[in-house]
Amino acid sequence: MIKDITIGQYFPGKSPVHRLDPRTKIILSLVYIVVLFVANNIPGLIAGAVFVLLSYLISRIPLKMIFKSLKPIVPIVIFTAVLNMFFVDGQELFRWAFIRVTREGLLTAVLMSGRIICLIAGTTLLTYTTSPIALTDGIERLLSPLKRVKMPVHELAMMMTIALRFIPTLIEETDKIMSAQKARGADLESGGLTQRAKALIPILIPLFVSSFRRADDLALAMECRCYRGGEGRTRMKQLRLSSLDAAAAVVMAAMFGLILALNTLFPPVL
Amino acid sequence: MESIITGSGIYFSYDEEEPFRYVVDGVDILVRRGEFLAVLGHNGSGKSTLAKHFNAVLLPRMGRVLVDGMDTADEDHLYDIRQTVGMVFQNPDNQIVATVVEEDVAFALENMGVEPSEIRRRVDEALKSVGMYEYREHAPHQLSGGQKQRIAIAGVIAMRPKCIVLDEPTAMLDPKGRREVMTTLRQLNKEYGITVILITHYMDEAAQCDRVLVMDKGNLILEGLPNQVFSKVELLKSVGLDVPQVTELMYELRQAGYDVRKDVITEEECVEELMKLLAEKGVSRA
Repeated sequence: MIKDITIGQYFPGKSPVHRLDPRTKIILSLVYIVVLFVANNIPGLIAGAVFVLLSYLISRIPLKMIFKSLKPIVPIVIFTAVLNMFFVDGQELFRWAFIRVTREGLLTAVLMSGRIICLIAGTTLLTYTTSPIALTDGIERLLSPLKRVKMPVHELAMMMTIALRFIPTLIEETDKIMSAQKARGADLESGGLTQRAKALIPILIPLFVSSFRRADDLALAMECRCYRGGEGRTRMKQLRLSSLDAAAAVVMAAMFGLILALNTLFPPVL
Repeated sequence: MESIITGSGIYFSYDEEEPFRYVVDGVDILVRRGEFLAVLGHNGSGKSTLAKHFNAVLLPRMGRVLVDGMDTADEDHLYDIRQTVGMVFQNPDNQIVATVVEEDVAFALENMGVEPSEIRRRVDEALKSVGMYEYREHAPHQLSGGQKQRIAIAGVIAMRPKCIVLDEPTAMLDPKGRREVMTTLRQLNKEYGITVILITHYMDEAAQCDRVLVMDKGNLILEGLPNQVFSKVELLKSVGLDVPQVTELMYELRQAGYDVRKDVITEEECVEELMKLLAEKGVSRA
């Protein structure tokens, strides 16, 4: 059923990774991306891959979820690999007609596609283990220094929350409108691309109209519950850093150190 | 009895072009502390518009509304007034802000800047008072209409208002959801002493209230105990309202010449009356 779509692909759980503060997880994910790009040889890449695998094991997210997250980026990975393999100059391995593969090309291809795979696996782990609300909350706190330069941080976070809240509602409504239009003989499935796009108009217009009405109602309900922007607002759930967060930061620092060490021990690929 | 809301000479029109086409046309109203009041009226009778004056969503063009001694026109007291009179609307989907039930109930308290530990306590209390505590970690879209409406009520109750106004809260619900909401409201009224103002066009709901007001074309045309109000069957029908089925039955029997009470509003009373009538006619229970 269209209604059962999960938002943000969150996997509820109680593992140490789940229990980390969302702010820690966001920052560490960013650091991990940097780590991946600092690693400039195959041993470094392997270390990065092992790290992300271990993180998945600790968080008890089924490993097959890695493959699921990688599916959409397969073309990009192949494209990068092919591009690097054939166009990087260096020691020739073999040659066939105009195609020539070099040792450096092959290694760069492995390194680049490995990086992309680890990057996606690592960042999706963030969304697998953090609920959309916690993520929004974390982003709001992390960006709060930007309030000084008049960035509407609270408003952005509020918009994100409301969007998340209304996605299932609007999906349900789209479903209803589609059924209603089909019942009146609307043909949504056949015809060319332009025809099908045109068939969507009688669905989108009622959806838009009702969304505006919902927005109006919601604004009124929020005002009635004393909403007056982010100023002076408190939160029920306080984000608190624990020793777990400190431990995670230490692990990530060690990882960074390991990569730097590997960089000096082994020659760079390029 | 002391009053919580006093409105005197309320006039209101939406239309700037024709400011004298009043939707609320000179209403005087007094809501008593702790009562369960129903406001009945046909669509377009001005009942929702009147309700929006009770927590300063709308301000009267003329006249004045006092909420617990505060004038709604007084900007300084705006949030005190909204905290005193909570408001619940028709569509439960359009008044839930957060993606988790307990976060939504906490919304008003967060806006008011209450301490986090106090928020937690009040949220739990509010959820328990509407019987939705077990659902505190659910997403709103997993709940039924009646449950969602109870969450909306909890979100208002958490502010500890003295009065809650509900604008046709059951209009979009199925009979089960309607019963759930009515039971919750009666309980809040009895156990917590919260004044309830229920805007509705369901007669059986109004029959359960302490007092009923009837509106038509922006005016209050009738006021009294439910059985007094419903006994005026012709007047109610003339303004496009129905009466509860049992009252209607009694009315028809009287029209047909039988001597039955006309102020019957519950099924028990109706059964009693019918038994009496049958006994008089010599039909025994057998």
